[in-house]
Amino acid sequence: MTNLILFYFFAGLAVLGGVLVVTMRNAVHSAVFLITSLLATAGLYLTLNAEFLFVVQIILYVGGIMVLFVFVIMLVNLDVALHQVQFNRQTWVAGLLSFALLAELLAALALARSSSTGMQLLPAPHVPAASVQGNTEQIGTLLFQNYVIPFEIASILLLVALVGAVVMGKKRI
Amino acid sequence: MLQEAYFILSNYIWQIVDGLVIVAIFPLLAGYVVLLERKVMADMQARLGPMRVGPHGLLQPLADAVKLMIKEDIIPESADRAIFWLAPVLSVFAGMLSFAAIPVGPGFLIADMNIGLLFIFAVSSMGIFGIVLGGWASNSHYSLMGALRSSAQLVSYEVAVGMAMVSGLLLAGTLSMKDIVGYQAHSGFWLVFVAPVGFVIYLVGSVAETNRAPFDLPEAESELVAGYMTEYSGFRWALYFLAEYSNMVVVGSVATTLFLGGWLRPFAGTPAFHFLDYAPPLVMLGVTGYCVYRIPKQTGWDQKFIMAIFTGICFVITVPLAAALPHPVAGWQAGVHGAFWFIAKVMAYVYVFLWARFTFPRYRFDQLMQLGWHYLIPLSIVNVMGVATAIVLHREAGWNPVVSIGVTLVVTVLAALWLVRAGERREQATLKSAA
Repeated sequence: MTNLILFYFFAGLAVLGGVLVVTMRNAVHSAVFLITSLLATAGLYLTLNAEFLFVVQIILYVGGIMVLFVFVIMLVNLDVALHQVQFNRQTWVAGLLSFALLAELLAALALARSSSTGMQLLPAPHVPAASVQGNTEQIGTLLFQNYVIPFEIASILLLVALVGAVVMGKKRI
Repeated sequence: MLQEAYFILSNYIWQIVDGLVIVAIFPLLAGYVVLLERKVMADMQARLGPMRVGPHGLLQPLADAVKLMIKEDIIPESADRAIFWLAPVLSVFAGMLSFAAIPVGPGFLIADMNIGLLFIFAVSSMGIFGIVLGGWASNSHYSLMGALRSSAQLVSYEVAVGMAMVSGLLLAGTLSMKDIVGYQAHSGFWLVFVAPVGFVIYLVGSVAETNRAPFDLPEAESELVAGYMTEYSGFRWALYFLAEYSNMVVVGSVATTLFLGGWLRPFAGTPAFHFLDYAPPLVMLGVTGYCVYRIPKQTGWDQKFIMAIFTGICFVITVPLAAALPHPVAGWQAGVHGAFWFIAKVMAYVYVFLWARFTFPRYRFDQLMQLGWHYLIPLSIVNVMGVATAIVLHREAGWNPVVSIGVTLVVTVLAALWLVRAGERREQATLKSAA
């Protein structure tokens, strides 16, 4: 029951924040609601007992990426954005696409409901949530033992992007 | 529904009470840290400091609090009202929330989280938004410049601080604050002796993270009036101040837990040093005695009365410390003594902050960034690798722990010296090209 209340609270907050990010005219306000949405998502992770993911979400997205976002937004002249047209005129295409996405989601849910027929799109977790005690060590072991090569490849990819950005951004290194 | 609410209440009642107590008494404590700062500053500049309100200025924090609360609260006309309101609250929220994971003594902690240290790191990284949004919402150039500097500074120093924490974590092998202290109790060594370079990096980085001098560029008076809080006044300004001091106490607590052995007494595992258990009550008794000695020296009965009240407070703290003797190992006795040592260590750490503030001149912004990016971050990475190597040499290859730590420490220090030399050479090269 408590879990359910928490889920709806965080999920509602995340959706509300997401909607407000798009509809706010002021870019800083949008950023504040994006932070709200990201924090609510972190809360959702916590209700799923994924405490490591919860903290990483806050450190990386809220404490790192969003600070850079706000940093850049503050340098932009906001007065220009206030007088521009906020929404473009692609209502029909956007509506069609979102209906397609909704249909896909509903189909997935319907398939998951009839999981007894063999299609297991959303299998139930086979570990009772309450019995999971501290998954930080497990994540560490998985990342650095079982999946160490994909993990390192992903980090090298990020490093390459970083170095590339510096090389392109700076005339003289 | 009701049953579940009852379940939550009955299980977490002490956590809720603890949280309320922290929120209620911390502002007062922060006020006394301010008084301490002013007294230390006065001492270092051969002055007396605040002496007017109460004996030796002991009631100055209360007077300051009343003054700040009844001051006019000005919101600039062109400010973004909602964010202007939100920003200081966010700062205080982040500062206070970290206390949830800090173990003051064995049993004196709100939540023993499996991710305690990361939780504190995450929450304190959220505190930046209070500064950045406040600076932006004020709609003033000084505020905006302060906010920009602050976010750049915090983001760059967070890397070094995080890596310094990692060097401690590698040794302890856990993120839970309680287990980190438990590891140090078990091994018999505070981590500062095993990873001294990590501790130094954390010390420097935490000064920068809390925007304290000599890294207080976001609020550099000589260039930016008061930085991000230029437009703030009255109670809102007080909230920023409160956040700054609670951040100081939080970084002090993290350093104490991670590197200085948390609530452990010095030489906790050595029976020959058990006489140190008598230190806490004796210290408090000494303070009480000094207060008694000062009572007749006060002018006027009201000052004498206030001094007597402070004497009483010191005595009330002495009683449980003395009652816990001899050699507290468990229960409330260990809790009281642990809290004494913990608070003493945090205060010593905060004292180093104040000492640095009144000793070093303020850095220039490019010097600050250079220190962070060219020296601290590479050094912290070398340090993490060194500590990891020492652990492998000891645990896998079976080396003597002292030898393995010593060898990697020498390598780390050599790397630091090389960094300094490279920096000097780079500086000379830029000077030459400028000439």
